[in-house]
Amino acid sequence: MLAWTIYSSFIGVFALTLVRANNPRAARITALLTALVGLAAAVGGFVQHKADSGIVTVTKLPWIKSLGIDYYLAADGISVTLVLLTGIAAVVGILFSWNIENRAKEFFAFYLSLIGGVYGVFLSFDLFLLFVFYELAIIPKYFLIAIWGSTNKEYGAMKLALYSFIGSAMVLIGLVAAYVVAGARTTDLLALASFPFPESFQYWAFPLVFIGFAILAGLWPFHTWAPAGHVAAPTAASMLLAGVVMKLGAYGALRVAMTLFPLGLKEWQVEIGFLAVVGIVYGAMVALVQKDFKFVIGYSSVSHMGFVLLGLVTLNTVGLSGAVLQMFSHGIIAGLLFAVVGRMVYDRTHTRELGKLQEMDLGRALPFASVTFIIASVASMGLPGFSGFVAELQVLIGAWHAFPAFALFAGLGIVIGVAYTLRALQKSFFSDIEVKSVKHARPFEPISTPERIGGAVLIASTLVVGLYPRLLLDLIVPSFNSPLFDALRKGGGL
Amino acid sequence: MNYLELLKFAAPETLLVIAALGVLGVDLLVMRNEPARYRLMVGAAVSCLGCFAATFWLLSVDQQAHALNGMLVLNSLTLLVKLSLLLLTVFTVVISLDSNFTQHVGEYFALILLATVGMMFLVSAEEILMIFISLELASLSLYILTAFHKKNLQSAEAALKYFLFGSIAAAFTLFGLSLIYGLSGATNLQEIANALKGRTADPLLMAGLIMTVIGFGFKVAAVPFHLWAPDAYQGAPTPSAAFIASGSKAASFFVFAKVMMLGFAGAEGSGFWRNFIPGWAPVLAILAAFSMVLGNLAAIAQSNVKRLLAYSAIAHAGYALLGILTDSQQGVSSLVYYVVTYAFTALGAFGVVAVVENTTGDSRLTDFAGLGRREPFLAFCMMIFMLSLAGIPPLAGFFGKFYLFAAAVGANRDKLGLLWLVILAIAMSAVSLYYYLQVLKQIYVAAPPTHQGSSSLLMASSTPISPLTRLAVGVLALVIFVLGCMPDLLLGRLAPAIQSAGL
Repeated sequence: MLAWTIYSSFIGVFALTLVRANNPRAARITALLTALVGLAAAVGGFVQHKADSGIVTVTKLPWIKSLGIDYYLAADGISVTLVLLTGIAAVVGILFSWNIENRAKEFFAFYLSLIGGVYGVFLSFDLFLLFVFYELAIIPKYFLIAIWGSTNKEYGAMKLALYSFIGSAMVLIGLVAAYVVAGARTTDLLALASFPFPESFQYWAFPLVFIGFAILAGLWPFHTWAPAGHVAAPTAASMLLAGVVMKLGAYGALRVAMTLFPLGLKEWQVEIGFLAVVGIVYGAMVALVQKDFKFVIGYSSVSHMGFVLLGLVTLNTVGLSGAVLQMFSHGIIAGLLFAVVGRMVYDRTHTRELGKLQEMDLGRALPFASVTFIIASVASMGLPGFSGFVAELQVLIGAWHAFPAFALFAGLGIVIGVAYTLRALQKSFFSDIEVKSVKHARPFEPISTPERIGGAVLIASTLVVGLYPRLLLDLIVPSFNSPLFDALRKGGGL
Repeated sequence: MNYLELLKFAAPETLLVIAALGVLGVDLLVMRNEPARYRLMVGAAVSCLGCFAATFWLLSVDQQAHALNGMLVLNSLTLLVKLSLLLLTVFTVVISLDSNFTQHVGEYFALILLATVGMMFLVSAEEILMIFISLELASLSLYILTAFHKKNLQSAEAALKYFLFGSIAAAFTLFGLSLIYGLSGATNLQEIANALKGRTADPLLMAGLIMTVIGFGFKVAAVPFHLWAPDAYQGAPTPSAAFIASGSKAASFFVFAKVMMLGFAGAEGSGFWRNFIPGWAPVLAILAAFSMVLGNLAAIAQSNVKRLLAYSAIAHAGYALLGILTDSQQGVSSLVYYVVTYAFTALGAFGVVAVVENTTGDSRLTDFAGLGRREPFLAFCMMIFMLSLAGIPPLAGFFGKFYLFAAAVGANRDKLGLLWLVILAIAMSAVSLYYYLQVLKQIYVAAPPTHQGSSSLLMASSTPISPLTRLAVGVLALVIFVLGCMPDLLLGRLAPAIQSAGL
């Protein structure tokens, strides 16, 4: 069932090539149907997965026999959580790109191939296969931004592509070396995770692979692609970038670097935790002074992803499951924020300058957008009742056990987070500047139905998980007992 | 061995020579007054017929031989390489169909076929005289092919440069080989290796070895013997450049590996990190490192796609040298996979360049602007070629690199001696994505040129793209995709072949 998330996306890409170029409506509907099939498969897989399922094999076929590489798709609780996130983000992203008219067919083809690659990463339990899907996701991102983006799009697109590719080059070095050192002619993740790599090898291989992946998760100081890329990207692409692509990096770091090289992880735990905390505080402080609305969200993503990375290196179940939960939560909330800023506001006002938005009295002009944004901001600040609260709290508890000082600074990051969110909220929608004259001659086009549906889906998701986090946690927590994490457990982690 | 048997083993090459003479004869005697396009079609048909006949012979007649002191060594590995060479020739012939650079159609196709004959003999030679002769046959044909655009000054300049560099390199090779012969008293590679055993530190051997390496380094365009490549690629008529980049490269790499691994077995030395021992391995390691760095960095600055592809070819030569350095069966297997898939990719890319050149008149980056809308199919194929060259999965270029790097790291499992080169290669291929994306950016992102004045005139006067060219480019793209998704199709045949070839 879960494998159909991947296949349906690529079938959708193929179907789109048959659509006529001047028929954006057909392209849209094809894409939406494809994404809905993917979401249905994701939900199906999620419902089927039980707390005690362990690692469920979806497909396992020999692929490249001479090198012992398998086409091995499987899922544990972490996978199904993130696949579900991808399904939601994919559908909502299409709803928010309903107004794409320019080369719509190509847009959705690139969009769906990105989605297909993302599903593939989350479901691969063969290292080689995982890497194939991981790289597959780079190129569509470039085109989505370079063709349909705004502000400095070619620069942002190239920066993103090169950062991703450099990250994956680092991963590839580690992958090739691990494959050779293990000498077992296999790239099966479970087999490699049970192989005791020499400590001297892990000492350099771990940071290489972890940072290689974490570049995509926005690890400070390798985060600079993120704001530039997010700002340049069209709405749907920035929703996907912040929503799922950044999770690819964190997921890879967890799934590959940490399970393969547990000893290396112990050596570098504090250093990486430090970088994560710097990311949290730095991202929040930079977001506090941005003039461009989208840059605020872009830097806030760096800050929130810092929590994911911090959670990963706490090495206790509370922190780790908090990190995974935060991946899901931030995927939904960041998607919602980018949807409001990029689609609801920017497509209508054609400016993202907070200073100019101040004068437009958006609170009254776009009531739906303002309500959505309030909810999104509140969720982003980590108010109880929303998913962000549970996730960040868990990470903080985990961090408190592992390194209390870092937990304090991360807490400070939350406080600054409240500040920049309130500032953006106040400037954009609730400015008390007297609106002297209505600057825009005609009123903004009203919020369309697809936007309303998309917004409602995202708000519902964050609320459901916030009110009943066990829905996800019951699947995530047992995943850390699987044989994949054996070495990590023996090494004193968990 | 009697002549009949010899003819049986050399039949594919003989068939190609007959085809070459046939093309010449037909064009000279019958087609003289026909329109150029018609002559091209007939010439290409005869050439393809020759290639198909040779392919058929290779596939149907069992070929296992070791004849004439190693002058003609046939096994399933040479069979595979020869088949790929024939396939590359057919595709080269097909992408020549749209060209209008020459009136001498018969000579053009005949030279392509003769170059193929040279490459095929090269592949099956394990004897230094034969290697040299077939190398020269291939090279001389390619020099002339480079100069074939008679009205273009660049073409003449490129050919002269190629020829001068090439003859100096050939002189080096010949000198090196004669030193080796003097040392060993043998011309067969195996016998040379036996005779040279235990003489690793001999300065004369080192001199001979380095001179031999220079000659082959020139053929595969490794830094610092690469200077001809950018000019030759840019100046030559595009189909000729495609042939230099694909067939010639694959054959040269194959024989390079053979000479080093068979002829100089025992004189490897070591190119491992902090463990350099004199021999051919450290020399190749340095060539590889420089080729990767210089090729990739110089490609960034190019504004002409043919020149860009030339520098990328230099970089790819650097990667491929890792296969020889690995010095094992896995190394050969990864090398053959890599150069064969690279040859197909480069050929396809040049095919698209040829089309663009025919419609816009030049091959600058800006001439590709808006290709995605003008020619969606060819643009898509170009995307596949560029991404495969950059090493993006699931295309053949990615798997080729992975396999090559895994083999190279595996050459010294305990100390990971070649890891330094692999790290350099992977870092440099990250750089390479930048310039491949520059091409794709022009194709998909940049706005198409406005149809005004001269450009629309050019559009109107240019010949339409023949469906055969589209087909050829499409098939090449499909091959790259399929070989990337299912590498076992080729690997499954390579491994036993290499085992039987005893490399």
